[in-house]
Amino acid sequence: MSAPVEDRDARPPSLIRRRPELILSPIVLVGLIVLWDVLTRRMGVPVFILPPPMDVWLSLVAGLSVSPFNAGGFLYHTAITMWEALLGFLIGSSVGIMLGFLIAYSRLFEKLALPYIVGFQSLPKVALAPLFVIWFGFGIEGKVMITSVITFFPLLVNSIAGYHSVDPDRIDLARSCNASDFQILRKIILPSALPFLFAGLNVASVLAILGAIVGEFVGARSGLGVLLMQYNQAMQIAPMFAILLILGVVGYVSNVAIRLLERRFCFWAQRGSHFTDGQG
Amino acid sequence: MQGAPDATPIIQARRLFKRYAGRTGASVTALENVDFDIRDGEFICVVGPSGCGKSTLLKIVAGLLSFSSGEVSRSGKPLSGPGADVGVVFQSPVLLPWRTILDNVLLPIEFRNLKMSEYRQRALELLDLVGLRGFEERFPHELSGGMQQRAGIVRALVQDPRILLMDEPFGALDAMTREQMNVELLRIWSSNRKTVLFVTHSIAESVFLADRVFVMTPRPGRIAEIIDIDLPRPRDLSIINTERFGTYATRIRSLLQSKGDLS
Repeated sequence: MSAPVEDRDARPPSLIRRRPELILSPIVLVGLIVLWDVLTRRMGVPVFILPPPMDVWLSLVAGLSVSPFNAGGFLYHTAITMWEALLGFLIGSSVGIMLGFLIAYSRLFEKLALPYIVGFQSLPKVALAPLFVIWFGFGIEGKVMITSVITFFPLLVNSIAGYHSVDPDRIDLARSCNASDFQILRKIILPSALPFLFAGLNVASVLAILGAIVGEFVGARSGLGVLLMQYNQAMQIAPMFAILLILGVVGYVSNVAIRLLERRFCFWAQRGSHFTDGQG
Repeated sequence: MQGAPDATPIIQARRLFKRYAGRTGASVTALENVDFDIRDGEFICVVGPSGCGKSTLLKIVAGLLSFSSGEVSRSGKPLSGPGADVGVVFQSPVLLPWRTILDNVLLPIEFRNLKMSEYRQRALELLDLVGLRGFEERFPHELSGGMQQRAGIVRALVQDPRILLMDEPFGALDAMTREQMNVELLRIWSSNRKTVLFVTHSIAESVFLADRVFVMTPRPGRIAEIIDIDLPRPRDLSIINTERFGTYATRIRSLLQSKGDLS
């Protein structure tokens, strides 16, 4: 008689079925690098437009193998840029959260401050960079300032939205327990608004690196933005590509860091209270 | 009303009015001339359609909402905001999802800056009483709706208040869980005899639970009648099928129909 039909649904799906991207993404990457190599070495695309992948790799390795305390290598400048971005991110987002809560809390303050903030928000913040060079000089202060200004807005907007999203019953509950305004802020509003704040932090983490780089373009002594400009003027395109790769990695790592923090502090937000079988 | 004349009421309202400023300037009367006495240990249900001001009344007694005129006293003193003599149970459980059940239940203690260690044992005993033993370290989303609302009741009871205010606490539960919760609520109430003010829009629920039912009608919100429910205690679900239960329910329904939506 016929052999029993194999039940494909009964088997656990193979890794390729469950996570096809684990196989496909590397294939795409290899394909792109091969195409890139063919374009540069066989089809004669000039080096100053697109350097061959091997050149980029070599200048990346060379740049990274210099000590982080030596301004001739990539690590030193990466650290400066990340430090500027981090400081600006911390200042801008904390001021944004505080001001956002203040605006959401006080109708008077909202009416007073919001028109100016909206007006300021429609201004492209990077246009302030040249001014900050004059005010704060070529050190890291100006770069931290521009980064703060850029990261301020996503947190301002999200903290206002987060504050207004708090279930009024939670506030009533706290008030029925004679909670003080500060207790309500700290134990009800801040944690309730946390998913909104993390959405803002996610956007701000990307903007922070943008702010630092633009600040360095305009006027600085060190940082990856400075390095990019120097190699640009020297028409050394391979190290420019290497720096862009580093920036990509830095951006990715900061995004992952934010998401890990979110999973740690907002573990409760991903799943709602969907448990409604009504079983008593 | 009946009752021992010497016993001072634990909650008292006299000529209570609540008006809201409407959008167009004309004021909306949410409560009109509300008058009642509630004795210590009584189970009172407030029943009425939505918009009759029953939740407004409860929030005023809780001290969460101001009133326009009249007098309200609670525990013998003129009303002055929320206090430790009252526990409030809301329509939804209002558990904070980032806290464990035990931490949620101890929230009133934390807000009042009392010693947590003194109330921990009581919280665990109460959780045991409502059948939540073993769930104290779980998070709210791990519990069913009925279990969450029980945790909300424990939170209201943790400080041993004299008065329990409940705002349609079982309205979001399915019918079977709801009946079960009503039976359990009576069991909890009989074991510690709080004064309960229980708001509901279910006529059957109000008759099943209450010593007295305040029937409220809307526009403007007022107490149309206060009905004594003279049914024996302890009550179980079989009482719902008795003739006297039906008589009370019919009486309340006709009051709501004659003075309610048709006026």
